[in-house]
Amino acid sequence: MKNLKKAVAVVFLTLLNSACNNDDTVNPPVNEEEVITTVTTVLTGGGQVITLTSRDLDGDGPNAPIQTVSGNLVAGTTYMGATTFKNELANPVEDLTTEIEEEGAAHQVFYQIAPAVGAITYAANNVDVNGKPIGLRFSLVAGSAATTGTLTITLKHLPNKAATGVAQGNIANAGGATDAMVVFPIAVN
Amino acid sequence: MRLFIVMYSCLAFWGAYSQNTISGTITTENGLPLSDVHVHIGKKATATKPDGTYILSGIPSGVQKVYVAAIGYTTLEKQMEITGSTTLNFQLQEQVVVLKDMEIKQRITKNSSNSEQNIRIETIEQLSNSSLATLLKEVSGVAVLKTGSNIMKPVINGLHSSRVPIINQNVRMEDQQWGTEHAPNFDVNAAGSVTIIKGASALQYGGDAIGGVVVIEPELLRKDTLQAKSILNLATNGRGGSVSTMVQKGAKKGWSWNALGTFKYEGDKEAPNYVLSNSGARGSSFSGNLRFAGERYHWNSYYSYFQQEVGILKAAHIGNVTDLYTAIATQKPNSTEDFTYSIAAPKQEVQHHLAKINYQFRKNESSTFDFQYAVQHNQRLEFDLRRNALNTKAALDLAVTTHSFLGTYTYSNTLVNLKSGVQIGYQNNFSDPKTGVRPLIPSYSKMETGLFAIGTYKKNNATSFEAGIRYDFANIEASKYYLKSRWEERNYAADFSHFIVREEGNQWFTKPRFLQHNWAANIGYRKQFHHEFEWIMNISLATRMPNPSEWFSDGLHHSNGQIELGDLRLKQEKAYKWNTTIKKEWKTLTATLQPFVNRVSGFIYLQPTGFETTIRGAFPVWEYKQTEALLTGVDLNTQWDWNSYLQHGLNFSFVNGHDLTKKAYLIDMPPVQLQQTFTYVKKEWHHLKIALKNEIVFTKKQFPNYDFETNIVVDGELTPVFVPISKPPKGYSLFHFYSEMAFPMFQKNKITVAFSVQNLTNKVYRDYLNRQRFFADEMGSSFQVQLKFNY
Repeated sequence: MKNLKKAVAVVFLTLLNSACNNDDTVNPPVNEEEVITTVTTVLTGGGQVITLTSRDLDGDGPNAPIQTVSGNLVAGTTYMGATTFKNELANPVEDLTTEIEEEGAAHQVFYQIAPAVGAITYAANNVDVNGKPIGLRFSLVAGSAATTGTLTITLKHLPNKAATGVAQGNIANAGGATDAMVVFPIAVN
Repeated sequence: MRLFIVMYSCLAFWGAYSQNTISGTITTENGLPLSDVHVHIGKKATATKPDGTYILSGIPSGVQKVYVAAIGYTTLEKQMEITGSTTLNFQLQEQVVVLKDMEIKQRITKNSSNSEQNIRIETIEQLSNSSLATLLKEVSGVAVLKTGSNIMKPVINGLHSSRVPIINQNVRMEDQQWGTEHAPNFDVNAAGSVTIIKGASALQYGGDAIGGVVVIEPELLRKDTLQAKSILNLATNGRGGSVSTMVQKGAKKGWSWNALGTFKYEGDKEAPNYVLSNSGARGSSFSGNLRFAGERYHWNSYYSYFQQEVGILKAAHIGNVTDLYTAIATQKPNSTEDFTYSIAAPKQEVQHHLAKINYQFRKNESSTFDFQYAVQHNQRLEFDLRRNALNTKAALDLAVTTHSFLGTYTYSNTLVNLKSGVQIGYQNNFSDPKTGVRPLIPSYSKMETGLFAIGTYKKNNATSFEAGIRYDFANIEASKYYLKSRWEERNYAADFSHFIVREEGNQWFTKPRFLQHNWAANIGYRKQFHHEFEWIMNISLATRMPNPSEWFSDGLHHSNGQIELGDLRLKQEKAYKWNTTIKKEWKTLTATLQPFVNRVSGFIYLQPTGFETTIRGAFPVWEYKQTEALLTGVDLNTQWDWNSYLQHGLNFSFVNGHDLTKKAYLIDMPPVQLQQTFTYVKKEWHHLKIALKNEIVFTKKQFPNYDFETNIVVDGELTPVFVPISKPPKGYSLFHFYSEMAFPMFQKNKITVAFSVQNLTNKVYRDYLNRQRFFADEMGSSFQVQLKFNY
């Protein structure tokens, strides 16, 4: 019985000691890997380069993303569009666009715009292994008359790409989870 | 139950009247007087007094049946010839077989003036395949808070999680019980009995049980024997099952041990109309006791390991509020796939180790010392769907280690029982930063010291009083990075600048530290009016300090797509609870009524307060707030034996939660529930038992309105919509079927075969207390087969 008591005391002290040591280490801050801080869409056409940027440097923090739109669309013009995603909180800054492209079958970018403001078609050269669109590149035809509206860009993770209309860019049946969603104000001159 | 005739002494003859008076003393083997022992001679019966004596008059001469029974002791039954008034003393032997039902309730009773209810071993075995919460639901007043179809927590009188401590073998489980999607890490097969105490009166376990306490005790064998039991469960829904084996070596003196192993494997569950994709579960557990019983002392060591991997419904993994709106509007899961056994992210992986050693020493007839040291380690990994599928790192990695020492001294004589003690605890939580995701819960350490004293005074067999008091001191220190924007938004600069240690980019590294003094007290009264009518009343004060998630939560809770914000300003929660039990027994009917009033001052709850827009879109923000709350309700249980074959049981519970400050209802209060069971038992036919159970959950009408408006994109344009998150789903009525038969096998062995059906009508329904109710229906029918071997 004496040995048992001793053994218990040793186990107790060892555990207590290890637990206390644990406390002394100061945890480094988390290097945030999952966050998308910046969504940029560049529209090129009619001699214009229009950049739309949404940047949220506190991630899930309370500050809202800051949006900038460098110019207005010209009615009837066709623009080539390209969207990129970045994590500027990671050190070094991480460009997530290639990652999304590589895992194209698990991602799709959707664009929602009112018909009067414009019409968007996925670029044929940006498809996943199954031939389904990824949506990082697209073309936009601006509406025929001056108006204002919004362009909503959504990055879906694990959408159901086979569902009706999804390959044409209809988000309604896509399912999946939203990784990024930004709404840019758009004006057509 | 096997009956033993023990021994008797002193037979004196006293003449030959036809009517005799018999008196005597009933004691234990060690000569301690036993009170409340039922003594039955001929047609007369009585109970012993606190000094163990009894007296029975009017016993006719001749051969009479003598029957002496006490809870926890072997019943003595024999024929004796009575030839005159005499003294009959008996010694009762401590019970040696597995305890059942009501007996356990009293044996492990913290005190007799508690409102407590018990679940017996046969129910535990019946539900061997289910979770602890499902088992506890057998008691009226207990509801189940679910996250999907695998994660379940008990809700007692409307309260759960940190407010309902779970005590396993005298050790308080420290398994991150603060989270609503953190289920208790316990295998039901390891329970010999489960007691639910509705109130804060079990002060030796802590003073913060605002909802109630769940006490789990092991099966104890006090006879020299070796026995084993195996249970195999198979279920069609989930296409899996579990197998559990327990071996027990009992002994009256010296060494005894038991060992239990359980293995569980289940694939996707199925709702009536679709597969609940990624709802598989698997787990294993091992536990064992090693005891040594000496003349005056006991050693008991216990180790338990519990491990579980649980899939989180794929459809419940949402991004922003648009996804939530879509899920509610369509009432369909956004993703259903074919059945599979595999579990993908999102999922949880949990491990829990518990080891304890206990030494009990009986100094003399009245004084007992008890020392216990326990260590627990809980590791929780939560995996999220990562953007990069190659990244299989957990999104949350928390490891909580808890050491606790408990020393108690018990003094008891026939009238008074005094228990006092000290509890010292140290807890360390390590929140691993390597996840690459900001943790919701920071690393912290906690030191606690508690002192308590509980006294019971038994005036006589019919009346007893109880009073207890407990004081706890806690010191908690966390290490947490706050985004500067969050620190500002929370307005912490004015009050908590002294917590800041240094600057780290766009974050503050802080060390929040809190000292807390917590008081708890309890008064109880029990009165047995006559044999059939009992009244128990309890008034208690409980104080609970905010848990880490209430203080420190900060960020997106991935499991439910909402931003949750703790508050460093939160103070303790204080509950003043009054509850009473009125129990009446008629010839064939027993009814127990338990009304309660729980006034909770500083009630902490999560309230939606608006939106935060991030690059992922808008997320609803839920903040931990405090308010003045009043919970009232009533539980009713009846048992009606129609005849020796047919039985009817009823469980009814109602609870209402009011926010007194806002004059509104409290969120997530269980709906009114009514369960009825018809049981047919025919012992002659291989112990045939057939039961039909009807479970009615009414539509919850009392709920706070937290609906909110948001903008979603319709036809390319932002359009405002309402997101109806508040309205509880419609009530439902389910039928369950159960049947069993037992057959002898070889010589002394037994096999019990059970067939049961859950959700007999394959009802499509959703449950208010399921946090995933927005995303999918509940499980459909499940046909189950259970084989139980006793050998």
